[in-house]
Amino acid sequence: MSFLQHDVPLSWYLLLSAILFALGVVGFLIKRNLITVFMSIELMLNAVNLSFVTFAYQWHEVRGQIFVFFVMMVAAAEAAVGLAIIIAVFRARSTLAVDRIDLMKL
Amino acid sequence: MNESAHLWLIPLFPFLGFLLNGILGFRLPRRLVSAIGILAPLASFAVVLGDFGATIITAASSCPRCGSVTALALPAAETLSYPWLAIGALHVDFTFVLDQLSAVMLLIVTGVGFLIHVYSVGYMKDEPGYARYFSFLNLFFFFMSVLVLAGNFLLMFVGWEGVGLASYLLIGFYFQRTSAADAGKKAFIVNRIGDFGFLIGIFLVLSTFGTLGFTDIAVRLAVSPDWHGTVLTVICLCLLVGAAGKSAQLPLYVWLPDAMEGPTPVSALIHAATMVTAGVYMIARTHLLFDRSPVALWTVAIVGATTALFAATIGLVQNDIKRVLAYSTISQLGYMFLACGVAAYSAAIFHLVMHAFFKALLFLAAGSVIHAMGGEQDLRKMGGLRKKMPVTFWTMTAAVLAIAGFPPFAGFFSKDPILYAAFLQGTGGKLLWFVGLVAALLTSLYMFRLWYLAFMGEPRSEVKHHHATPLSMLAPMVILGVLSVCGGWIGIEHFSAYLAPVAAAHRPMPTGNPFLESILAIVAVLVALEGWLIADKYYRRKTERPAQLAAALPTGYKLLLNKYYVDEFYGAVIVKSLFAFSKFVLGGVDLLLAGVAWLLAGVASMTGMILQRWQSGNLRSYAAWLTLGAAVLLISAWLLGQGTAHATVYQYDGSALKHFLNAAGH
Repeated sequence: MSFLQHDVPLSWYLLLSAILFALGVVGFLIKRNLITVFMSIELMLNAVNLSFVTFAYQWHEVRGQIFVFFVMMVAAAEAAVGLAIIIAVFRARSTLAVDRIDLMKL
Repeated sequence: MNESAHLWLIPLFPFLGFLLNGILGFRLPRRLVSAIGILAPLASFAVVLGDFGATIITAASSCPRCGSVTALALPAAETLSYPWLAIGALHVDFTFVLDQLSAVMLLIVTGVGFLIHVYSVGYMKDEPGYARYFSFLNLFFFFMSVLVLAGNFLLMFVGWEGVGLASYLLIGFYFQRTSAADAGKKAFIVNRIGDFGFLIGIFLVLSTFGTLGFTDIAVRLAVSPDWHGTVLTVICLCLLVGAAGKSAQLPLYVWLPDAMEGPTPVSALIHAATMVTAGVYMIARTHLLFDRSPVALWTVAIVGATTALFAATIGLVQNDIKRVLAYSTISQLGYMFLACGVAAYSAAIFHLVMHAFFKALLFLAAGSVIHAMGGEQDLRKMGGLRKKMPVTFWTMTAAVLAIAGFPPFAGFFSKDPILYAAFLQGTGGKLLWFVGLVAALLTSLYMFRLWYLAFMGEPRSEVKHHHATPLSMLAPMVILGVLSVCGGWIGIEHFSAYLAPVAAAHRPMPTGNPFLESILAIVAVLVALEGWLIADKYYRRKTERPAQLAAALPTGYKLLLNKYYVDEFYGAVIVKSLFAFSKFVLGGVDLLLAGVAWLLAGVASMTGMILQRWQSGNLRSYAAWLTLGAAVLLISAWLLGQGTAHATVYQYDGSALKHFLNAAGH
């Protein structure tokens, strides 16, 4: 761990986290496939996880890392439920294009 | 020694009767409904009689031997333990007061009321809505006793409105008939005008005296004996408007003739004996105010005398037996107002009592006639009923002699003190006396006209089926007949002496002259006799004369027959203009208000239509808006944070996160 401490500055981690988050957002916005959108959300969650870990390391706080576990756990649960929903949606509508899943539109 | 008078029981019994018959009555057998309906007023009557007996004993208990008897000192007041209204300085309680005045009034209300309930059992036997009828009658009884017992203006007003409601319900008892429903509405609306005046009067009393209790007001007046004039006059005139509405005086009398659409016992109870006399009772109850205002007293007297004459002239030519009696009631109420106006309150109450006897009897006898004729009310189709219904004939005769004022019948003893008291009031009083005398002549004339047309001569129409009058109807008539003959024998002197603590005028009264009184009494009897003779001539010996007279004076006859076109006048001037105003409100003001409402609704719905486009259902557009919003928040926070002293908030030092993590860790 010591090479981390001395060789790579903190801002690099945060920059990476920001880039990952931005990629997630862009993917979320421009992709039409529901599964890709879903994966973009996972990407954003993991970008946040990275900043959590970075700060926890910076401030010598173990609780930031515990938060990461919480996020991962929720993400896993979300993945299980979300994929189930996606399968159900596909069975019902034979499509995964988010533009066409607009049943609740006025 | 002041035993409880159990005043609360008096309204309670009829209220229970109202609830029982009103809620369960349509399931109960008729016998039980009648039993409830009759027992409720009988129980109240018993309580009143017990209290009244106790007061008489108290009055006589100057003898030491009577000390052990349960005595009741008047006035006896009972107040419910919790206050009704307590708003700032205003305190109003549920207070019932029994004094000489309310005792007399209660005796009449419960006694005559009970008799009429009994009569109703026979009269309404075959009517649908039997239980409804009795529950309404008991409801009336409840409110009337509240009105009489009330110890303050507000409670009196509750009873006042309540009897108006009961009257409305009972006038419109045959609500399937349009005329009955309309008559009910007319009575209610005309009474509203009077109640408006009464209410204004109550407000003025409140603002002037700061209290609504009758005794409190009496105390306030007693401590300032020189207080006369303007405010009191205005109060009294407002109260007079209320009294004129309830007691069918000019110009608010128009509802009473139409109220005859109700069942005949109702006319006897509400529109002859009790409710319509509430106005007289109210003036007598508040006479301390009237005593301080000569203007108001003169107004009362003039209204009364004018009404007495006016209604009597209309009564001369009416052909409906109940309408004749209705106009007669208005006329007699005019006498009572005249008596109040000359500050002879005892005479007014005395006439009220006697009138309750003979006018209730007249209505009950008329009901008996109508019952026998199968619903026929037109005098021109009656005739020769003398032999077919002797009991009705004889009791009716007693009542006619009583109202005409022949000695020794009740009306003689009560009408003469009124005319005498008016005669003593200076020149104006002599004019009032003369008007009253002419009205007495007309009274005698129209009552004997009715008597001749209904009972004498030969039958003028084929009567389909004569109902035998049942005992439940005959017994009350006989009792009232006896009272109409003997009631007046109490004498005005004893009656006044009994009422003196509450009804004696607190103003200088002219001194009497027994010789003059006798002369006036003889004149009045002669006038009544003259009325009888004219009726005898026109309706027995020369029956063609009335028609000839009518043909000779077509204008006058038509004027009287159409009741001076007062209804038409009111319809054209007041109802039409109100209607036009309502139409204007509906078409102009209402449209304006509705337009504003429509405009606001339109703006809201337009906004909704525009904003609705956002809710496209497109998930990515939602996400884009979400991101954009978050970005705007972040950028604005950054921009705002840069130049201000609060920059530290945004220059993160880790403490906030530490706090957050600490909190999360525990």
